[in-house]
Amino acid sequence: MNWTWFHKLGSPKWFYEISGRWLPWLAWAALLLIAVGTVWGLAFAPQDYQQGNSFRIIYIHVPAAFLAQSIYVMLAVAGLVGLVWKMKLADVALQQAAPIGAWMTFIALLTGAVWGKPTWGAWWVWDARLTSMLILLFLYFGVIALGQAISNRDSAAKACAVLSIVGVVNIPIIKYSVEWWNTLHQPATFKVTEKPAMPVEMWLPLLVMVIGFYCFFAAVLLMRMRLEVLRREARSSWVKSEIRTLVGKDA
Amino acid sequence: MTTPFLEAVALACERDWRLLFDGLDLRLEPGDMLQVAGPNGSGKTSLLRLLCGLMQPTAGQVLLKGASLQAQRGELARNLLWIGHAAGIKGLLTAEENLAWLCALHQPASHEAIWQALASVGLRGFEDVPCHTLSAGQQRRVGLARLYLSPPPLWILDEPFTALDKHGVAQLEAHLAQHCEAGGMVVLTTHHSLAQMPSGYRELDLGQRAA
Amino acid sequence: MSNVFTLLLARESRLLFRRPAELANPLVFFAIVIALFPLAVGPESQLLQSISPGLVWVAALLAVLLSLDGLFRSDFEDGSLEQWVVSPHPLPLLVLAKVLAHWAFSGLALVLLAPLLGLMLGLPLRTLPVLLLSLLLGTPILSLLGAVGAALTVGLKRGGLLLALLILPLYIPVLILGSGALQAALQGLPAAGHLLWLASLTALAVTLTPFAIAAGLRISVGE
Repeated sequence: MNWTWFHKLGSPKWFYEISGRWLPWLAWAALLLIAVGTVWGLAFAPQDYQQGNSFRIIYIHVPAAFLAQSIYVMLAVAGLVGLVWKMKLADVALQQAAPIGAWMTFIALLTGAVWGKPTWGAWWVWDARLTSMLILLFLYFGVIALGQAISNRDSAAKACAVLSIVGVVNIPIIKYSVEWWNTLHQPATFKVTEKPAMPVEMWLPLLVMVIGFYCFFAAVLLMRMRLEVLRREARSSWVKSEIRTLVGKDA
Repeated sequence: MTTPFLEAVALACERDWRLLFDGLDLRLEPGDMLQVAGPNGSGKTSLLRLLCGLMQPTAGQVLLKGASLQAQRGELARNLLWIGHAAGIKGLLTAEENLAWLCALHQPASHEAIWQALASVGLRGFEDVPCHTLSAGQQRRVGLARLYLSPPPLWILDEPFTALDKHGVAQLEAHLAQHCEAGGMVVLTTHHSLAQMPSGYRELDLGQRAA
Repeated sequence: MSNVFTLLLARESRLLFRRPAELANPLVFFAIVIALFPLAVGPESQLLQSISPGLVWVAALLAVLLSLDGLFRSDFEDGSLEQWVVSPHPLPLLVLAKVLAHWAFSGLALVLLAPLLGLMLGLPLRTLPVLLLSLLLGTPILSLLGAVGAALTVGLKRGGLLLALLILPLYIPVLILGSGALQAALQGLPAAGHLLWLASLTALAVTLTPFAIAAGLRISVGE
C-alpha cells in the first residue's frame, strides 16, 4: 500500500493549501444544510402526537449531541495518530477540536434542559443521557484545561492525547454505569427517548441538520487549524509569503 | 567511514516558540570527551536530554550505532549513565540506600562495592546518614559515586562540577579523563574550563553557533 | 525484572515510613469530611443512614485524590523520574510498583478506617463486609486512574486542582458501583453483581493504566 498521502497529510504547507480549497465548499454546504433543515424542521415537519411542538428542539439537540460524542472520539483518534506517527497536524487537530466539542456538549445540555421543562416539568432531571452529557462536558473541560496549563506546546498536545485516549476508553464504562445507576434509582416512568419510530417527514429534516452540523464542525475546525498552522510555522518562508499576499490584498 | 557510537544529525530544538539550535551535527566515538559550552539558555541541557532520549528533537535525529534512538531504547539504556541537574537522590534515604537503588536500575551492585565507591568520592563515614543532612556538595558526590560503580561506557553529565570543592573538581576531572582514555565516552556541560583533558577532548559552543 | 519491582516496593515503603505524618493526612481528611455531614444535614440517624453509602464513597474518592497529588512530585523534582525513564526496565512496571506501594499504605489504611466511620453514620453491622470489600476493590482503581492524572500534571506548578478536574469524571463508574453495592447491602439485596463489576474494573485498571501512567510520565519528563 502506498503511504505517501498519509505522510503528505503531515506537511503543514500541503494542509494549508488543500484546506483552503475545501473550506468554501464546506462552509457553503453547512450554511445551506442548516438553513434548509431549520426551516423544514421548524415550519414543515408534522407535530409530535405526544409532545406537540416542543419536540422540534431535537433538530438542534440531536445533531449537537451526536457531534459532541463523535468529536471526543475524534480527539482520541487524533491523539493516537499524533502519539504513534508523531504527526504534528494531528496534535493541532486535537487541540483545536476540543473547544468546539465542549460548545456542542453545552448546546446539547442547554437544549436538553429547555426540552425538559415542558416534558418533565423541570429544567434539570438526572436522566441517564443528560447525566452522561454532563460528564462528557467535564471530560472536555479536563482536556482543554490540561492543554492550557502546559506551556510547552508539544508536551501539551501529547498530554491531551493521552488524556483523551484514557477518556475514550472510559466513556463506554461511564455511559453504561450511568444508565445502570439511572434504572436502579428511577424506575422508568416515562421515556422521551424511546419513541415509536419517527415518520419520514420528521427524521429527514433531522438527517439534513445532522449532516449540516458535521459540515459546520469540519469548516470551523479547518479554519481554526489553518490559523494555528500559520502561527506554528510563522518562521517558515511559505507562511511569510502567504501573510504578505493576504495583507497586501487587504491594504 | 565507520559508524560512530552516538551521532546527531541535523538536530534542532525549539522551546516555547524559541529556536535554541538547529542543524546541529555531532559524532561521538570511544575515547571522546565532548564539552558543551555556551551562555545560559543556549540549550546545553536540552541537547544533553535529546542525546539521552528524554526529549524529542524538533527536527533531525539521534543515532546510536547507526540506528535511530527511538527504535532501541533498551540498547541506549544499557550503555548510558545519565546524571542530570538533579541526580535522583532522595533526602530521606541514606547515601547507601540511594546508590543501591540507582545501581539496581541498571546493574545491581554489592554492598562492598557501594561502600568503596562512597569512600572514593570522600564520603567515608557518611554511608548511613540520611542525605538531607548532607551538604549540597556532599549530595552531589553521592550522585557522582555512580561513576565508580562498574559504569556503562557512555556518560552524559549535566553540570557535574556544581557545588564540588577544589579537590573534588580535580578528582572528578581525573576520573573523567581516565574513563575516556580507557575507551569510554563523556558528554558534559560545565562553565568552568577543564584542567585535565583526555586526547579525545572537543568543545561544542552553542553560543557561537547561534551568533 | 521482578527483582526491580520488589526493590522499588521496598524503597517506596521505606520512603513512606520515614515520613509517617504524610501517611496520616488522607485518613484525617477522610474522617473530617465524613464528620462534616452530620453537622451539615443534621444528626437524624435515618437520614444519615440512607445517605451514608454515597457519603463514604465520595469522601474516599476525595481522600485518595488528594493523597495522589504529590505521588510523583518529589520523584520529578529530584530527578528520580529521569533515572527511571533512562533505565532499561519497562517504565509501566516501575510505575505499577510505585502506585501499588502508595495504595498499600494510603488506600488500604482508608479501607480499614471506613467501617469505623460507617458505624458512626449508623450503617448496620451486616453491611460492613460489603463496605470493606467494595472499598478494597475500588480504591486500587482510584489510585491507578488518579496516578494517570498525577503523571500528566507532575510538571505543573499548581497541579492539584487540575488533577481533580481531570480525574474526578473518570471516577464516576467506581463511585456508582461502590455506593451501589453498599446501597444494595443496606436494603438487604445481594451486592455480588456490583462487587464483581468492581473487580473486573480493577483488573482492567491494573492492566491498562500503567501504560497510560508511563506515557504521561515520559511526556512530563520530556518537557
